[in-house]
Amino acid sequence: MFEIFGIPSQALFAQLLLGLINGSFYALLSLGLAVIFGMLNIINFTHGAQYMMGAFTAYMLLRYFGIGYWAALVIVPILIGATGIVIERLFLQRLRKLDHLYGLLLTFGLALIIEGLFRNYYGSSGQPYDMPDALRGGHNLGFMFLPNYRAWVIAFSLVVCFGTWFLIERTRLGSYLRAATENPTLVRAFGINVPRMVTLTYGFGVGLAGLAGVMAAPIYNVSPQMGSDVIIVVFAVVVIGGMGSILGAILTGFALGIVEGLTKVFFPEASNTVIFVIMVIVLFIRPAGLFGRSV
Amino acid sequence: MTSAADTAAMRLPRATDRSLAVAAVAMIACLIAAPFVLYPVFLMKALCFAVFACAFNLLIGYGGLLSFGHALYFGWASYLAAYAAKSWGLPPELAILIGTATAAMLGVIAGAIAIRRQGIYFAMITLALAQMMYLVALRVKLTGGEDGIQDVPRGHLFGTFDLNNETTMYVFVLVVVLAAFFLIYRIINSPFGEVLKAIRENEQRAVSLGYRTDRYKLIAFVLSAALAGLAGSLKTIVFQLASLTDVDWTMSGEVVLMTLVGGLGTVFGPVVGAFFIVAMENYLAPFGQWVLVIQGAIFVVCVLVFRRGIIGELAHWLRVRL
Repeated sequence: MFEIFGIPSQALFAQLLLGLINGSFYALLSLGLAVIFGMLNIINFTHGAQYMMGAFTAYMLLRYFGIGYWAALVIVPILIGATGIVIERLFLQRLRKLDHLYGLLLTFGLALIIEGLFRNYYGSSGQPYDMPDALRGGHNLGFMFLPNYRAWVIAFSLVVCFGTWFLIERTRLGSYLRAATENPTLVRAFGINVPRMVTLTYGFGVGLAGLAGVMAAPIYNVSPQMGSDVIIVVFAVVVIGGMGSILGAILTGFALGIVEGLTKVFFPEASNTVIFVIMVIVLFIRPAGLFGRSV
Repeated sequence: MTSAADTAAMRLPRATDRSLAVAAVAMIACLIAAPFVLYPVFLMKALCFAVFACAFNLLIGYGGLLSFGHALYFGWASYLAAYAAKSWGLPPELAILIGTATAAMLGVIAGAIAIRRQGIYFAMITLALAQMMYLVALRVKLTGGEDGIQDVPRGHLFGTFDLNNETTMYVFVLVVVLAAFFLIYRIINSPFGEVLKAIRENEQRAVSLGYRTDRYKLIAFVLSAALAGLAGSLKTIVFQLASLTDVDWTMSGEVVLMTLVGGLGTVFGPVVGAFFIVAMENYLAPFGQWVLVIQGAIFVVCVLVFRRGIIGELAHWLRVRL
């Protein structure tokens, strides 16, 4: 055991790991927000509620149907994505011609409804969710103890993030998507069904939130307010990164998670406000965000 | 060249002034008669929220800026007012002034940060700043953390009027609220208000006409924050309590909802919206978490089919400005 800046290395690495875990969730959630914003020009306030729904769906699948973690990892994003498609078709589609702020207000209302419903049935206390047997235990890396599940979360969210990046930036489908973001009318003229693409994009972004929820279930308690706790921080992350770039959203998410972890070591009182402070600094230096184009 | 259109344009302001004056007289009459029918405590709560919603409306309705963090000013003003009244033993009028000044100061700082971005980003930044100050409120000693500041003395107004008397308290609240309401009305109809509306309609154009729009937006933001602080301080004196509920993000959402229900950008809408939402919460209090669900549902319905709000629809139907 050695020390860095007077802090035992064990503590330092443990907080760094925790920061990386938080960062994985920030990255997954802000990525979803960025994808949705690109296509719909809406800030999806429901994102936190959908993340919470993801965690709860995993919990319910296990409790009522005996369906475990691995299956939930596939089923939940599809289910949550499907509810997203319904929301887009029922509500968001009607707002396309209005001021973007109405989209924010509507999704805020939906978030309240969802959180209220879950609080009604589950109270505000958390429900435990067991981690899968295959990922129990951990490895001693010599300088720190690495629990398997946490390693899995970081690795898997990296895969999902860069998979999404690849899908949008490097495939034909993604090029349609980016083109439709720039000029939907022209893309429609080429015979591509843009409204359907918008719907599917929303479903995909929301599915990502659901997936993040499943991954979070074994780490954090599954509780109705887990979504509203995280969404405001993710908004700050999005302001810092700017929503113009997918890669930017991913990098900012992970980086801010690490910064938060380090703050917990060196200056614990500020650990939950540090991201907001960084947001203020970034707004003064680069108002458009680190990776953003000015609006 | 005096055409029919010109005379109509000259007559129109007077006609709208009349509709506003009639509405104002009706509102004041209702508020004077109300304590004989309804509980004064309920009325005072609704009145405080009416000021809060009017302050919020000043920003969104006339400046086009959606702040999602107005609980910051409301809540921190109520903390400081409570602290001044309880720990320093200051009279209520000074406590309210201190609360309002605190909110104005916070408004200067938060405003200077938030107006660097527009639209959706503006909403996200104000929300994030409010959350940051919520977390601060959770930690610092001044606010009393989870307990809040309880048993705040109502005290004697100007050393003579005992505010522990419900009628005196109600009259005081009514006077302050009407004064704030009149002030907001004057702001909206001043040259400053016209520039603000111009910025809402087309900021680039206002810039090209030589207006330093950032300054106008900042002043509007500070005015709105200060008035929200006035509402928060007044609420603290009435209820003798400042707590985390007042700085929570749900409070920011509530004031958005009140204004939306009443009618964005209308003079009387926020007042009606505040009474509507406070009444609904009173009525639904036994149903616990359903309040959240119903609030959410009202949001969705308002955005989808009722964007003008109660007063907006009424004004549209009567073809007047309200």
